[in-house]
Amino acid sequence: MTDIPQIVGRLLQALLPLLLALACGALLLLLLERDPVSFYATIIERGLLSRLGLQESLTRSAPLLLLAAGLIVAFRAGLWNLGVDGQFLLAAVITAALAPGLAATLPPWLALPLAMLAAFAVAALWAALPAFLKARYGVNEIITTLMMTFLGISLANLLIKLPFNDPATTSPQTLTLATADRLPRLLGSTVHLGLVIALLALLLVHWAMTRTALGLRLRILGANPLTARHVGLPVTGLTFLAFGLSAGLAGLAGAVEILGVWGTVRADWNPAYGMLVIPLVFLARFHGGAVIFFVFVFAVLSIGGETAARRADLPNYFLLVLVALILVFLALTEWLSARPLMRKRG
Amino acid sequence: MESLLTTPFLTALLAGSLAAGLPLLLAGLGEQMSEKAGVLNIGLEGMMLLGAYCGFLGAWSSGSLWLGFLCGMLGGLALALPMMLLCVWLGLNQIVVGIALTLSAEGLTALLHHVQFSQSYPRLPRVDTLPLPLLSEIPVLGTALFDRHPLVYLAILAVPLLAWLYRSSLLGLNLQAAGDRPAALDAAGISVIATRSLAVLFTGAMAGLGGAYLATVGAGLFVPFMTSGAGFIAIVLAMLGRGRPLWVLLGALLFGLCLSLTTALQVAGLRVPTDLVQMLPFAAVMLLLLFFGRRAALPAALTRPYRRGER
Amino acid sequence: MSAQHQGKAPPLIRFEQVTKRYPGVLANDAITLDLHAGEIHALLGENGAGKSTLIALLSGMQQPDAGRLLIDGQAVRFSSPRAALQAGIGTVYQHSALVPSLTVLENLMLGRRWWQGRRQSATRRRFTALCNDLGVRLPADALLSSLSLGERQMVEIVKALWEGRRLLILDEASAMLTSAAVSDLQRSLTRLAAKGMAILFVTHKLPEALAFGDRVSILRAGRLVASRSAADLHRRGAEQAQSEIISLMFDAPSTATAAPAPPPSFQEKAPVLRVQGLRAACGEQEPQLDGIDFSLSAGEILGVAGIDGNGQRQLAEALAGQRTTLAGRIELGGEAVQAKSVPQRMKRGLRYLTDDRLGEGSLPAFPISLNLLLKRVGDAPFWRQGVEQPREIEAYAQQTISAHNIRAPGPHTPLGSLSGGNVQKLLLARELEGQPRVVIYNKPTYGLDFQTQQLAQEAIRRQAASGVAALLISPDLDEILALSHRVAVMAEGRIVGIVNNGPDARQTVGRLVVGGTA
Repeated sequence: MTDIPQIVGRLLQALLPLLLALACGALLLLLLERDPVSFYATIIERGLLSRLGLQESLTRSAPLLLLAAGLIVAFRAGLWNLGVDGQFLLAAVITAALAPGLAATLPPWLALPLAMLAAFAVAALWAALPAFLKARYGVNEIITTLMMTFLGISLANLLIKLPFNDPATTSPQTLTLATADRLPRLLGSTVHLGLVIALLALLLVHWAMTRTALGLRLRILGANPLTARHVGLPVTGLTFLAFGLSAGLAGLAGAVEILGVWGTVRADWNPAYGMLVIPLVFLARFHGGAVIFFVFVFAVLSIGGETAARRADLPNYFLLVLVALILVFLALTEWLSARPLMRKRG
Repeated sequence: MESLLTTPFLTALLAGSLAAGLPLLLAGLGEQMSEKAGVLNIGLEGMMLLGAYCGFLGAWSSGSLWLGFLCGMLGGLALALPMMLLCVWLGLNQIVVGIALTLSAEGLTALLHHVQFSQSYPRLPRVDTLPLPLLSEIPVLGTALFDRHPLVYLAILAVPLLAWLYRSSLLGLNLQAAGDRPAALDAAGISVIATRSLAVLFTGAMAGLGGAYLATVGAGLFVPFMTSGAGFIAIVLAMLGRGRPLWVLLGALLFGLCLSLTTALQVAGLRVPTDLVQMLPFAAVMLLLLFFGRRAALPAALTRPYRRGER
Repeated sequence: MSAQHQGKAPPLIRFEQVTKRYPGVLANDAITLDLHAGEIHALLGENGAGKSTLIALLSGMQQPDAGRLLIDGQAVRFSSPRAALQAGIGTVYQHSALVPSLTVLENLMLGRRWWQGRRQSATRRRFTALCNDLGVRLPADALLSSLSLGERQMVEIVKALWEGRRLLILDEASAMLTSAAVSDLQRSLTRLAAKGMAILFVTHKLPEALAFGDRVSILRAGRLVASRSAADLHRRGAEQAQSEIISLMFDAPSTATAAPAPPPSFQEKAPVLRVQGLRAACGEQEPQLDGIDFSLSAGEILGVAGIDGNGQRQLAEALAGQRTTLAGRIELGGEAVQAKSVPQRMKRGLRYLTDDRLGEGSLPAFPISLNLLLKRVGDAPFWRQGVEQPREIEAYAQQTISAHNIRAPGPHTPLGSLSGGNVQKLLLARELEGQPRVVIYNKPTYGLDFQTQQLAQEAIRRQAASGVAALLISPDLDEILALSHRVAVMAEGRIVGIVNNGPDARQTVGRLVVGGTA
């Protein structure tokens, strides 16, 4: 499994779409009469090489990594959990609502984990209905998780505006967790502990999916439900478990973002990270290590891209185009590399 | 409660639900055809957005609303083309490609809008309505339903038209077979790929038109990300409509009603949280699925690319 | 149902010394056959006798390697299915080509170009006319999925007749039908023949062939071994005609190259597997498994014969635990297991070698090593506290690969890159690992090269000799007779008889397979 040419080949296969997308992006910049070299240089300098920028990139990576971990569980089990954004937001609101109270009554080493646990549980619960409908009636989980996302976003906003609203602020938002009570910073930087939690969670998920019996069971279910039935796996239980873990990790992402960065949730706040992370997870072919790499590249692109876009007088949505291009090229390379295989079988 | 049933309240409610529901109706009708033919078009949101941008640009630069609609349809088509190429012809993953297309439309429109207008939001002049003679004179209903832009009438006319297409035309049969048993269609000598391509292109055009309506008649301006999930709602509506255009219309109106209910309630001096009202339709649908889950049948071959000889 | 042709007019269709070979198989060997207008021609043959090839040649799916086809005395060559259709040959295939979510009439319109329009009233008129020809009543506007299987079969026939055919081919048309539906079918076909249509009725059921056919032809191993007119058969009496045809279909050819002798007859011991009144959950399109009774003793091989798709797979899955038992008992070593799960039955020594090797039995994208352990995920020593032990897994895979002579680059090779024979060796190794007590072999040698076939049969014998009971499902009667102590015959989801293997077994089993009585 670990022979070098294979790894190099895979790396090339994963990097090729990235390079092609950057080239296309450069072309687009030229068309818009901007200098692509200075644009990309700014991204790297601001997002990666400057101290502050690097810290921001790392901070941004934390929730993305946790979302990716959740998606890996679901996708490897063959379940399309497209509802991570709703799970993320709902958990974020619950965290923001509980954390100040917990921090006031309990020591921080207990208060923060409790808030995270609550976020995990709430998000997992939110995915129970799609899991039930899928396992019991075979209802397509794409439609149900999408609907639960809309429901989750609305419910989150409702909670912010009514029961959890901080009366002291003018615009609706939850109580704010004091900076001192938030996740501790790492080694005098602005990066918070959430990054470590996220990295650990992602590595744990990767290890569990590839090296444990449970992970193998989920992968068998994802590879072919008929085989899962043939070898006698408890399909219903595994479906619930995969949905619960996937959503729970998305919830943890929400908790980390609140406990580490914002301290509060404002009404109508929705970063919609999930839709961005889904393509990254595909790009990494569900591999944990590759996910870390791509999430970090994406974080650098988005942090550095904000400055580069401002300097070039462009909106920072340029990044979305890049990600989309990466995806299209990914799909194409996948298709090209699969073709000889099909011919051989055909 | 009596104060609720005033003329301005009801008029605002009906007019609002129609206005908010129309883009959903157009996009939902489009998506329905793809799903019927076995393609789940997750890129609908992007097609609406590109349609909104192109539609606005067309209307703004030409001064003609109808040219704007045409541009919007072309914009939607432009995004449906790669969808057709990658998913129908090459058989790539429909979900990945769909998300990619939505992201690219979001990025592109925001970028182009910025380059052109650089943060200013030019407005279109207020759109003329076409009051239908006699009907528009009816109190409440008249102004709410029969004093609208002509496209509204056309969109509603599309519902029976599509229903007829699905029920009583050969094309409708082909679409149904392509989604339900593509091998049977192939055996009958009709190309599954061509049938599905047609459906995907139609979806693009309809979503583009829906977006164009949203930007021109609805808002009168283009704002990046202005569809804000309407495309995904339309996907859900199409799935729940299970092949019947009338259900998409009812669903779109229901959503439109919920979206406009809060505004209307404010007119009536009542404060009910928007978010609660917006949750109602989704909550209702989830409950329905929970109790009648068994019947949530989708086309058998949905999301499955067709290759001859595979069962 | 008298034979109408006088033998003077040229036949509608003539096969003249038609030969078709596939790699390693002579599917049709110099077949000469006449099909006359107004005649129902029943074509009988077991699995693999060459019936499907003959149909493929007639419907333009395949072209003959030698010999020729004549229509009205003119030589023709069908380069495509369309050409055969244009020559007036309509075929009803075994697998449905109808869309369940469309109505009957809509299914009949499918295939027209969209600009041609539906022509609703014309279609309806033609439909009514064809229904009258067939003497059936079908609901034109009902969804196809709401129709019974017999009615769907009629719709298929209507569709095949749509453009005005001269020859109608029915491929195992009665396989899934109730007896009432079969007599309806017979009535309709007789009416069609009376109107001058030629009908080729391909079947494996002898009573139907005798009842339907104005002429009965028998294919065996690619050759046309006999062709008898109904009048000829009737003259000699039903009993004798049946016996003659059964020996034509099944008897071991006198020139056969040393077929392996049947194993020594088996002494009854206490049964290790006992099945009583088993009924299992089956889908609408499947044969309904019901009333299954049999028992198996240690060391015994019970062959399961029958035409493919008569409930063999459903039986195997019900025994293995992949299907819910609705009624009856399954006792394994005296313990009732019908409510137990797949792994629980596996732990008690029940093994199932599936016939769908790549679609169900294994994961082609996964490495060999994990495919070998697919049914033991989580078990020591390969997993400890749920954690994979790569060294143990690799060593085990390596050892299995060499012990079973599996040709593979290494334990990490994806299973999908192995040849079919090596995949089956691997699956056999997986199922026979440990202490099996009862093994269900579903088509263990189907589609394999000769060497692997021998190997698999040898493994089955060896296991039986060491006391393992076996259920051997196979479409190949020779294989069953060579290996089994007793033979059960399945038809339409039931066991229609169990026969002790012996000199007369071939005849008796053959009779049961084609629907006679033992």
